[in-house]
Amino acid sequence: MTDPVLRESATFDRATIAGIQRAARTGVYDIRGWGAKRRLPHFDDLLFLGASMSRYPLEGYRERCDTDVVLGDRNARYPLHLDIPVTIAGMSFGALSAQAKEALGRGASEVGTSTTTGDGGMTPEERGQSKHLVYQYLPSRYGMNPTDLRKADAIEIVLGQGAKPGGGGMLLGQKISDRVAGMRTLPAGIDQRSACRHPDWTGPDDLAIKIVELREITDWEKPIYVKVGASRTYYDVKLAVAAGADVVVVDGMQGGTAATQEVFIEHVGIPTLAAIPQAVQALAELGLHRKVQLIVSGGIRTGADVAKAMALGADAVAIGTAALIALGDNHPRYAADYEAIGSAAGFYDDFQDGRDPAGITTQDPELAARLDPVEGGRRIANYLRVLTMEAQTLARACGKAHLRHLEPEDLVALTIEAAAMARVPMAGTNWIPGSGL
Amino acid sequence: MAALSPAENTAATVTATTIDLATSSVRELNAELHAPSAPHYEVLNPRGAHALAAGLHHPVTVDIRGHAGYYCAGMNDGATVTVHGNASTGVAENMMSGSVRVRGDASQSAGATGHGGLLVIEGSASMRCGISMKGIDIVVGGDIGPMSAFMAQAGRLVVCGDAGDGLGDSIYEARVYVRGKVGALGADCVEKPLREEHRAELAELLTAAGLGQGGSVDLGGFRRFGSARQLYHFTAHNSASY
Repeated sequence: MTDPVLRESATFDRATIAGIQRAARTGVYDIRGWGAKRRLPHFDDLLFLGASMSRYPLEGYRERCDTDVVLGDRNARYPLHLDIPVTIAGMSFGALSAQAKEALGRGASEVGTSTTTGDGGMTPEERGQSKHLVYQYLPSRYGMNPTDLRKADAIEIVLGQGAKPGGGGMLLGQKISDRVAGMRTLPAGIDQRSACRHPDWTGPDDLAIKIVELREITDWEKPIYVKVGASRTYYDVKLAVAAGADVVVVDGMQGGTAATQEVFIEHVGIPTLAAIPQAVQALAELGLHRKVQLIVSGGIRTGADVAKAMALGADAVAIGTAALIALGDNHPRYAADYEAIGSAAGFYDDFQDGRDPAGITTQDPELAARLDPVEGGRRIANYLRVLTMEAQTLARACGKAHLRHLEPEDLVALTIEAAAMARVPMAGTNWIPGSGL
Repeated sequence: MAALSPAENTAATVTATTIDLATSSVRELNAELHAPSAPHYEVLNPRGAHALAAGLHHPVTVDIRGHAGYYCAGMNDGATVTVHGNASTGVAENMMSGSVRVRGDASQSAGATGHGGLLVIEGSASMRCGISMKGIDIVVGGDIGPMSAFMAQAGRLVVCGDAGDGLGDSIYEARVYVRGKVGALGADCVEKPLREEHRAELAELLTAAGLGQGGSVDLGGFRRFGSARQLYHFTAHNSASY
């Protein structure tokens, strides 16, 4: 449809031009959900070598390839024993409807994995339906209380998230319903601005004391996770472990958000692929790789992504955006509804404005009712099973009887960038850019 | 610490179960307080240890005879804790109910994110007192440091002395009362009229805190501060305020 003589600027492409026009029209920066949409070096840029003469594969469907993982057994009396290494990332009630939170809990529980609260407290729906529930401890402390803390199966101290390392939470007034406002002790309808720093500790030395306090409050029963947005990952992981973390969660810049400035999402943080080797190096140098567990999130979509993250050294992964898609986000059945609000199925990212046609990122009772928690839970369980079976397929092909036996040696890279970030050789070579070899 | 006077020698000490941290660990202390076998406890030789009496959820009384470290009485839910000394960072952080009293001074972030209960600091409190408070009442006999009541969402903060700069920055619906000098107010924090209902709640809080003098509460000089509610919604025209 475009005249071939017309030439689009690479610098001022259509999205850039539209952004300038929008800013000039509205006078406010763009706030949206989802995660980074720019193209980034990612798991797609890695391949598994598979087994042949020099490695023995395992028989698919006959020889076992186990998937279980224990999280947080360094200090906690009751570490988490998960059947699969794919967990549900922290997403708040407020950002998501109560039905969506319940569905995530149902799905995760059905396949023996964990789900996670978010910046808004713990709802009875998700606690009731989640066999393993991780309770986030965030700078805002919205809804934080010791009763729920004691009900949790693990505690995740959140320093940041991949979509916005260095940024606080955000929830616009359209989603601050009476129930959400009540749980967060905020006036209904306001644009919520959450703090980006914790109110009662600063720096790793304080964090060590904070972790001891949380252990004391919960009688040393629960694993303590520390979650960081991927940026200076090597140092952040070392400091988190020094502060006493049982589990470190590293969220790459492809990780999702319910509401963040577009400029933040696209321009802060590092790709998941670049973060994992930094985290693993930090743990290995401390002699704690596989002892302090590493959970990786940010752009996990397939069993291949799961397997590649684990081969690079993760003990488990977490999914957020992919879980919402599994629930029905961006489904073409709502094509007309997406169009009516100026979006399209496959492109919708306005999680901040509460008009989600799929009824997931909303507090509107009519929209939220579109999502049946039981059916949603079934879809999540299906999706988690597929991710796991795909990862097992690849692991068996590499001769591994457990997903955690996957290793960097099983991987090669397709691009120089991915090879340098993931610290695996370019396919067909021994060259790892940046390794000095 | 000065020697205890008879007036300070609360009823709790008469029948209290003593836990001496010279010979017991903080873990042993908190484990006992989480499943209490007695109604009153006295903690000796705290020596500035962290997380003393953290996570209490039974209506016990605890007298800590000396200085406390970080997060003393953190997340208290129903207990009555008295620190007969100073308290470090985050005393009574995220308190839900009950009361915590510091006879001396408190360090940073006293009462941070507290949802309920009463925190009394008879001396002064450092910066970020009442940060992100969510319903707690805090009464400070002396001064408070800068950036206090930052993003304070609900509850009351009463300061009998002075308040540092940045008071009530980005405050939501908490109410702040200060008797002494007030430094520069934070973004969206303004002085508001002290009406009769505010005088009543102020008198009630001072009385509850035991800071009334001779049974009568002097409200002279108190001023009220709260949110102008101008930053409750994002607009480009507020960019200079952030």
